[in-house]
Amino acid sequence: MQNYNTTILSNQELSPGYYRMRILAPGFVAASKPGQFLMIRVSGGLEPLLRRPFGIFRTGFLPADCQGLPDKEYVEILYKVIGSGTAILKDLHQGDRVELLGPLGNGFDVQPAGEQILVGGGIGLVPLYMLARQLVKTGNVRLLMGGRCRDDILAVTEFERLGVATYVSTDDGSLGEEGLVTDVLQRKLDKFPQAMVYACGPMPMLRAVHELCHIRKVPLQVSLEAFMACGVGACLGCVVKGAGHTESDPHYLCTCKEGPVFRADQLEWDKLEAGHEDCGCEEEEA
Amino acid sequence: MNDRNRENIKQPSLAVEIAGLRLKNPVMPASGTFGYGQEYAPFFDLDELGAIVTKGLSLNPKAGNPTPRIAETTSGMLNAIGLQNVGVEAFIRDKMPFLRQYRTPVIANFFGNSLEEYGEMARRLSDLPEVAAAELNISCPNVKKGGIVFGTDPQAAAEVVSLVRRHLSKPLIVKLTPNVTDITVMARAVEEAGADAICCINTLTGMAVDVRRRSLRLANLTGGLSGPAIRPVAVRMVYQVVQAVKVPVIGVGGITKAEDALEFLIVGARAVQVGTANFVDPQAMPKIVAGLQQYCREQRVDDINDVIGSLQVT
Repeated sequence: MQNYNTTILSNQELSPGYYRMRILAPGFVAASKPGQFLMIRVSGGLEPLLRRPFGIFRTGFLPADCQGLPDKEYVEILYKVIGSGTAILKDLHQGDRVELLGPLGNGFDVQPAGEQILVGGGIGLVPLYMLARQLVKTGNVRLLMGGRCRDDILAVTEFERLGVATYVSTDDGSLGEEGLVTDVLQRKLDKFPQAMVYACGPMPMLRAVHELCHIRKVPLQVSLEAFMACGVGACLGCVVKGAGHTESDPHYLCTCKEGPVFRADQLEWDKLEAGHEDCGCEEEEA
Repeated sequence: MNDRNRENIKQPSLAVEIAGLRLKNPVMPASGTFGYGQEYAPFFDLDELGAIVTKGLSLNPKAGNPTPRIAETTSGMLNAIGLQNVGVEAFIRDKMPFLRQYRTPVIANFFGNSLEEYGEMARRLSDLPEVAAAELNISCPNVKKGGIVFGTDPQAAAEVVSLVRRHLSKPLIVKLTPNVTDITVMARAVEEAGADAICCINTLTGMAVDVRRRSLRLANLTGGLSGPAIRPVAVRMVYQVVQAVKVPVIGVGGITKAEDALEFLIVGARAVQVGTANFVDPQAMPKIVAGLQQYCREQRVDDINDVIGSLQVT
């Protein structure tokens, strides 16, 4: 975990409203685990005041240039423009400076299994790429990717290049199968009841994924989104309700420090609320 | 070597004294924005701080308020965390050993749900050699019991302060709320009751509405406003309190950089606390310390105490 004052290498629109930003980040390749996040200060001024959390999409090396300088490490984020923070971020360019804090939080607990199923809803795909990169070494990995329309389906070919089998579904049928990603999950779970499931996306999708896994006793890990101020466990603003939470005996888990990845059985699903809309993650669907 | 170069080499002294507590510089975190110290240790050496102030501690662990607990506002943020903390026992067992490796003084912020609990907490903190001073929170706007109930009525405040003073064997700092008509009335009341120093201000009570959903942005309805938005209010109140009492005053409210801290020092604060800025930049405090040093060099001041209370009122 480090606080960087660093440089943007690229910032490109992937599909309407979705961007991919590559940022110079020495040390990130070795330091980051699948499922971790980072925080970016999008403006040196006071508006917006707080940093924004973003899931780490991937890390990598830029090849050495002709001057023989060492390889440069970078980190990539994919984000959807939703609020005031991401509206500023999308207008930044190569060479612009940005303050970056990370890698933060606990990632996925990667367990070997014959069948691994990743479920991504929209921008919730982000933390699954590095996870897939690790999981393909030990078993079959399937990515079930859902969105409202084709614009919400991102980076699927990059998963395919890792050797991941991908299944796309959209609400309007504009890409892949028409329907919900959880319908696809149900079929896959019927076929592979011994699978392990990892999911990230809007809360209604996560809740449906949890219900499907819970009744089949399939282990599930979810990556949650939350609005937060610090990202390091100090402000306690990003808590979620943990298993056993009641109004008279509250039990909260800190998303940034104890998460953002949780085992499904750590959470009080009936009382979970949707994350904040300006955290760089998918907004709750109305 | 000419005189100017010689001056540049000499490091100005930033050391200040508060209620018998000697601090190497006047910069410390505001309670609740710095965890128990460990959260920020990866970013700088905590010994660079004048003091470490803990998250508010209570006799028993406290789970805190429902979510959402924070909302960003113009140049600031609202919070209604609800004094979530591990409790004094877990603090001693799990957090204190980490803090022990630092030489910088630890100030334990604490609160109670009743007079008895405030008294018991004062006794518990007295037993801890690692705690250099205690900061009494009678100003949290986000919990019903404790906190602000004692902070808005001068008689109730005097009662809790004198009780704590009797049970506490360490310097006592009392943190005041700005959510009163006249903060100097509260300041005088706690000074008379035995406060060794006064810290102000805590957050200003505020509210924010999600216009699309027509709902509140905080589950608690209201929250405490912090950040640069409140700084002019804080500077004014610190100035008033400095005029009203003899005990040292610690200024807090919206400081993000050295110039902000200097405003408080110039109007008479003996030290400053940095809060929301820690969230924005985990290295905000060491940067402020460096900025104070630079200011002293530029102003040719050898000792920061010459800056404190140096306001020119025409």
